[in-house]
Amino acid sequence: MHQLGGIIIKKYGITIILAVVLIVLSVWSLFIGVLDVNLSGILHGDMEQLEIFLISRLPRLLAILCTGVGMSVAGLIMQQLCMNKFVSPTTGATISSAQFGILLALLFMPKSTLWGRALFAFVFAIAGTWIFVWFIQRIQFKDAVMVPLVGIMFGNVITGVTNYFAYKYEMSQALSTWLVGHFSMVLRGRYELVYLVVPLVIIAFLFANHFNIVGMGKDFSKNLGVHYNAVLFMGLSIAAAITASVVVVVGSISYIGLIVPNLVAMFKGDKIRGTLVDTALFGSIFVLVCDMIGRAVIAPYELPIELIIGIVGSIVFIGMLLYRLNHGRKAIRLGGAGNSPCASAISTVKGEDGK
Amino acid sequence: MMNVKNLIKKYDGKTVVDSVSFDIPKGKVTSLIGPNGAGKSTVMGVISRLISRDGGEVTFQDQDISRWKSKELAKRLAILTQTNNIQMKLTVRELVTFGRFPYSGGRNTKEDEEIIDQALAYMELEDIQDQFIDELSGGQRQRAYIAMVIAQDTEYVLLDEPTNNLDIYHASNMMKIVRRLCDELGKTVILVLHEINYAAFYSDYICAFKDGKICKFGTVEEVMTKENLSEIYKVDFEIMEIEGRPLSIYY
Repeated sequence: MHQLGGIIIKKYGITIILAVVLIVLSVWSLFIGVLDVNLSGILHGDMEQLEIFLISRLPRLLAILCTGVGMSVAGLIMQQLCMNKFVSPTTGATISSAQFGILLALLFMPKSTLWGRALFAFVFAIAGTWIFVWFIQRIQFKDAVMVPLVGIMFGNVITGVTNYFAYKYEMSQALSTWLVGHFSMVLRGRYELVYLVVPLVIIAFLFANHFNIVGMGKDFSKNLGVHYNAVLFMGLSIAAAITASVVVVVGSISYIGLIVPNLVAMFKGDKIRGTLVDTALFGSIFVLVCDMIGRAVIAPYELPIELIIGIVGSIVFIGMLLYRLNHGRKAIRLGGAGNSPCASAISTVKGEDGK
Repeated sequence: MMNVKNLIKKYDGKTVVDSVSFDIPKGKVTSLIGPNGAGKSTVMGVISRLISRDGGEVTFQDQDISRWKSKELAKRLAILTQTNNIQMKLTVRELVTFGRFPYSGGRNTKEDEEIIDQALAYMELEDIQDQFIDELSGGQRQRAYIAMVIAQDTEYVLLDEPTNNLDIYHASNMMKIVRRLCDELGKTVILVLHEINYAAFYSDYICAFKDGKICKFGTVEEVMTKENLSEIYKVDFEIMEIEGRPLSIYY
């Protein structure tokens, strides 16, 4: 019995710790804010406090959790399917495509509801991601870093077009809501769309093994009877749909999809079934902490989450890059030794061209 | 049974496999050899359904290979190429577990786990089953892939240059494993090899390609002659007999 407990702790230790931290932080975050809300007030039936709690605080927390889960899982799926650790909704043109879709919805259907805009964002995010992946599959890059660079360039082209139309039709003010992610507009009745993340993440979990197999390469997938293209397109569509539902509600949230899956993989490896829950938990914690910082720094005002995540995220990302460059790819697993630098995943995938 | 008839494959209008026909001997090791660009890897790709063909027939167990359901075929025929993503941080056991995917769809039964255990034991990987494959040496990683193929439990095993990037010690170990797959586990093994002496020493049949056509096909003794090899490779050869096997010397 004692031994069994040991095995459980060894296997799920990180997961349990992450879950506990997330619960503590979630409860804490509910009582941070301009208006005073406290536990005794709610329990004693203070209607005003209860209303703030239900209309603003709880929705905000749930939106933050969905965002953290969604963006990190979307990043995890994209990194696996593209066989490249630097691909994410930000560096894969998914976010900028979703924003372009929202702009078109605002332009052509000014009276569109949240769901109408979401539909546009979905379609464009999926299409943009497909085009990006089609493109990087056509051109076989020697260096893994080239792939996200191309993605960033492609994304910037789309953002440029978006901005052009936004200026031309004087929509830049309206669009800015979706360009910089923030949770201050999350209120009951206008954020529920982000719940779409939950079923999509569950689907991703069910197909985790398929994604892993496709991530091993085309020949590997075919050998095991897995339809490479079908799984690739389905996985990318799920990742894009998750991203789009987050972008529509809270706006652009960068870095999460890039950093979180990488950090978790350092400890837990790449088997999605084993890492998905941790990735989701850690993503939520990351977003929640950044949001709490944003609310605390200049209280009673608040900074947009995108700003905080941008700062924290870029520092972590640079640290991650330096760590990889100094210690080599193999050193990612703590204690392991290695000397080859963060080499290309794509070029090894290419393989020998035996005719 | 696997038969190939008038197989044709073109790349950009250039014919790389030109009406190739042969029957693969069941329960034997057959090596496909030949110079670079002779079409051997392409033939391997087509008969394992990795590459589409432009003409001809590939019949596997009385049904054309393209009419097989991919998942059903995965229970009967395994193909291992050198194009896998080796950066993936999967443990050896997780990799071998994928071999059961055509059967279990990811939900392994107790029987699946037993087969995985046996495959790991057969390849002597039990001690390193929890290590990540990107941390293994080339020889260990190759053994892990073979263990996956064993777990896949197929009658036919196709290996595309299994000795590629291995040193002499690991390469000859790999060829001994190939022999055991055939002799002990009763599998039909087809391999693409660059090193003709490995083909001569460890296989039963040799199929030699040249310019997209089969140049010679027969038992090792039939194919491994001075004249044949000189014709295929355009290099002078001497044949020596070691342990009753014809080995070639070229210079």
